[in-house]
Amino acid sequence: MHELSIAMSILELAEEESAKRGGAKVTAVHLKIGALAGVVGDALQSSWELACENTQLQGSRLVIENIPVKVYCPVCAAPRTLNSLQWFQCPDCKNVVSEVIQGRELDVVAMEILECVHSPGS
Amino acid sequence: MCPQPRLVEVRQNILKQNDIVARELRQRFRDAGVHVVSLVSSPGSGKTAFLEQTLTLLRPDYRVAALVGDLATENDAARLARSQVPVRQITTGTLCHLEAAMVRDALEGWDVAELDFLFIENVGNLVCPSSYDIGEELRLVLLSVTEGEDKPLKYPTIFHTADLAIITKMDLAEAVEFDLAAANANIQRVRPGMPVMKVSSKNGAGMGEWLQFLASDRARRRLYAHS
Repeated sequence: MHELSIAMSILELAEEESAKRGGAKVTAVHLKIGALAGVVGDALQSSWELACENTQLQGSRLVIENIPVKVYCPVCAAPRTLNSLQWFQCPDCKNVVSEVIQGRELDVVAMEILECVHSPGS
Repeated sequence: MCPQPRLVEVRQNILKQNDIVARELRQRFRDAGVHVVSLVSSPGSGKTAFLEQTLTLLRPDYRVAALVGDLATENDAARLARSQVPVRQITTGTLCHLEAAMVRDALEGWDVAELDFLFIENVGNLVCPSSYDIGEELRLVLLSVTEGEDKPLKYPTIFHTADLAIITKMDLAEAVEFDLAAANANIQRVRPGMPVMKVSSKNGAGMGEWLQFLASDRARRRLYAHS
């Protein structure tokens, strides 16, 4: 269960972003998590709630996009998406594949930010 | 007034901070000419026994040291100290894995340039260490014959972050009817091309081959670093 550590790192990034924008409220953080990143989405969601408690991120959402593993198949000479982490085999030609080109992501890609605009005179 | 939230693109690696420290460590190790090898496995797979043997066998010819991570207790460090090489314990408390900064902090006061090999034993866990780069050059994943042949299929991610698989406790293989061919096939299914070695820390079988691998891996990387 290292998802809490991951959640704390995300929280830091969100707080940095908020500080850069004069304390604007971050209401959601969008992530991309590769199947080979070693992070479980559900566990991360509950860790996120815990990590955000009593911070300005409390009540914010995590929006997770799961990224499948893509490999380069030398026989097909093309990228292929793996059906299973348990078998590094080209889904088309059934040859062994080892070159991973996608699926290790553990990235923040976007944040939803509420910036209060006080227009003069309003 | 507060409008609807705006979606702002922010591209950041979540473990950026760890990766920066790991990169700095790796560079420092390369500059110092020390070959850094980490070990991951489930608890009880024989990491400490294997490491103790390795340290004892390397000590006459090389300058070696070890860092050992554990949730609690300094038992492993005490065991490894029997090999008479410098050993430091990293007690992680409740943390289930080592991070690069822990390795950096544990090294404080050690001149790594005075070492040929540094071993880092991660916390016994086949899940969490897979997300963290700790600056090592070579990562071993250990699998003992008593754990069953299907471990690689259950934990493909950790096998994917490792460079070499070591099957331990081979002296027990027959007693537990370990199917070596099946274990090999499962490793190759999740990580095609991964080298696999078989050892027994108890009777020493396979240790010679492992040490040979280690020495040539170090030589090869040093050559590569200088070319």
